[in-house]
Amino acid sequence: MAVSQRKLDATEARLSAMALPEGGAWLTEARETALARVRDMGLPARRDEYWKYTRPDTLVDAAATTAAVFDHGEAPVFGDIDRLKIVFVDGVFDPAQSDALDGENLTIERLADIGAADIHWAKDLYGALEAKGQSPVERPLAALNTAFATDGIVIRATGKVARPVSLIYQHVSESSDVVLHHIIKMEEGADLTLLENGPAAARFNKVMEIDVADGAGFHHVRAQGRDHERRAITHMFGRLGKESTFKSFTLTVNGVMTRNECVLELTGDDAIAHVAGAALGDGDFHHDDTVFITHDAVNCESRQVYKKVLRNGATGVFQGKILVQPGAQKTDGYQISQALLLDDDSQFYAKPELEIYADDVACSHGSTTGAIDEEGLFYLRARGVPKDIATDLMTLAFLAEAVAEIESDELSEEISSRLEGWLIRRRQA
Amino acid sequence: MLEIKNLHVKLEEEDKQILKGVDLTVEAGKVHAIMGPNGSGKSTLSYVLSGRDGYEVTEGEASLEGEDLLDLDAEERAAAGLFLAFQYPVEIPGVGNMTFLRTAVNAQRKARGEEEMSATEFLKVVRAKAKTLKIDADMLKRPVNVGFSGGEKKRNEILQMAMLEPKMCILDETDSGLDVDAMKLVSEGVNALRDAGRSFLVITHYQRLLDHIKPDVVHIMANGRIVKSGGPELALEVEHNGYADILAEIA
Ligand SMILES: Nc1ncnc2c1ncn2[C@@H]1O[C@H](COP(=O)(O)OP(=O)(O)O)[C@@H](O)[C@H]1O
Ligand SMILES: [Mg+2]
Repeated sequence: MAVSQRKLDATEARLSAMALPEGGAWLTEARETALARVRDMGLPARRDEYWKYTRPDTLVDAAATTAAVFDHGEAPVFGDIDRLKIVFVDGVFDPAQSDALDGENLTIERLADIGAADIHWAKDLYGALEAKGQSPVERPLAALNTAFATDGIVIRATGKVARPVSLIYQHVSESSDVVLHHIIKMEEGADLTLLENGPAAARFNKVMEIDVADGAGFHHVRAQGRDHERRAITHMFGRLGKESTFKSFTLTVNGVMTRNECVLELTGDDAIAHVAGAALGDGDFHHDDTVFITHDAVNCESRQVYKKVLRNGATGVFQGKILVQPGAQKTDGYQISQALLLDDDSQFYAKPELEIYADDVACSHGSTTGAIDEEGLFYLRARGVPKDIATDLMTLAFLAEAVAEIESDELSEEISSRLEGWLIRRRQA
Repeated sequence: MLEIKNLHVKLEEEDKQILKGVDLTVEAGKVHAIMGPNGSGKSTLSYVLSGRDGYEVTEGEASLEGEDLLDLDAEERAAAGLFLAFQYPVEIPGVGNMTFLRTAVNAQRKARGEEEMSATEFLKVVRAKAKTLKIDADMLKRPVNVGFSGGEKKRNEILQMAMLEPKMCILDETDSGLDVDAMKLVSEGVNALRDAGRSFLVITHYQRLLDHIKPDVVHIMANGRIVKSGGPELALEVEHNGYADILAEIA
């Protein structure tokens, strides 16, 4: 498709404000190829179908809008969990705050370091899943990321990794504009839990490519930080091998603009992909979950569970697709997106899609938008629970189904208690 | 304890008068029963007293121990000691029964300026009370009323009442949908709470429940009014002759 002049101009305006980072030969090549993809597609614009409900402007603009750093004075999420900490301050790796980058069955390197290494497994992965994920729907901001990412983490798991690897993003400067790209290779039978938390920057563009080999398990839990003014566009590209498992959960509280894209391809038989999200928005909050799951093997299962609680004019978006390729028989696909609107000013847009080219599959999807259940609210109040607490209880209950998707009890309890704590604090504010 | 004077209530949404001048006084320590045909306004009375939205009081007053009820929010009425066992207990998916109970108990204590119950103390008390009502650990863990049978829901109401220790208990058709054993269990639960400082208003269709929970006074409600009051023998009269005679008599 021809790219409009307007779009080209906007794309060049952004590109002229950026420079390809220095790197080794193969990385430079991958970046240049990605840059060519960006020029081919043009960056997202307001009229694009895939951006119908989310305005891409502030994610595309040459300069990032500044965002105040929110000092919430709370203990960091996952703080009590035994984990390997890797800290980025405004997108720059901070060795002083980070743990040593090693562990059993695990190698961890920085993207900034591996370009120079001529022979490296990452060569075959960096930008590969992203490039593949550009079809059938274009994701130009992910290609932009592959071209310009200054750093990121490169993980290879070769067996069961006992401690979770925890990426911690600190936002310090009001004008930080950060591009990070992580690649994760889960070798056959490996198992890893990856945690992410923090707002990262005023504007954050993050891509994560995860290759999950046969029989491997990848578990991901993320909390996107509480800064109100931050903006984020994140992409997760995953390939799932035979009998592999991919589970991802995202908690989003606050943030003026968030779009999380998740693009998974189940390429081996009997693979399982569960993706879930809980978002809590109040006021100037726009949150978009865009999910695309392709079944390309037999007897695979995928689940999408997304819940949003919106108030004071907050906006939620869900675009979720299950694509079942010819021959992907016995596919079990499930998708649910629900919004709880706590007032008349808030909005939820949902676009659930199924596209099925196999005949022996079970796919279902549902989407609901509703207000709080008045009967339930009265019941709680009639027992003496004040209205605001009753509302919060029902809010937590609504989100619980998404939180329950987290496999680890320790992590799901951490997320629940955070949600509860935030609700209490807001009530008391 | 509970004093209702000339209470007139209409629906907020439509111009429909439901209560047309209810007068009722329940003294401390007493059990009053209200019987009456379907649609006479019994549930509406219980909802209006407990503060549900959707009703408009056009005339009259209601007070609990001299405190005007109608000015209070539902949660304030509960903290003041009013309890309604719902005719149709509400299911609340995702909220655990225990969490719900503890939140309710402590919210009321807090509202009254009392000390909150600790988690361990709460657990001890709730387990003991649940046991007498044959409510097992699983029911306590499950989301409020979700997947409960009719009888389980009603027992759960009585458990809440036992935990909250209200002064004025309104039971709206707590006997409906109960088999004989469950009825006995529920009645025992109620009778265990009878106390000189606690009053009951038992709404029912049937004499049956009143065999177990012995009322001091029986009222007949029809068409939005209390049309007749008497002793326990009034319930027997209804049981034998239905409402027709009584309604004809007052017409
Ligand atoms: N929310 C409502 N909307 C419409 N009609 C109502 C509502 N609540 C009560 N009513 C009507 O008011 C009358 C009394 O109902 P109710 O109080 O439930 O009676 P009872 O409990 O004695 O059977 C009935 O005619 C009923 O249809
Ligand atoms: Mg009724």
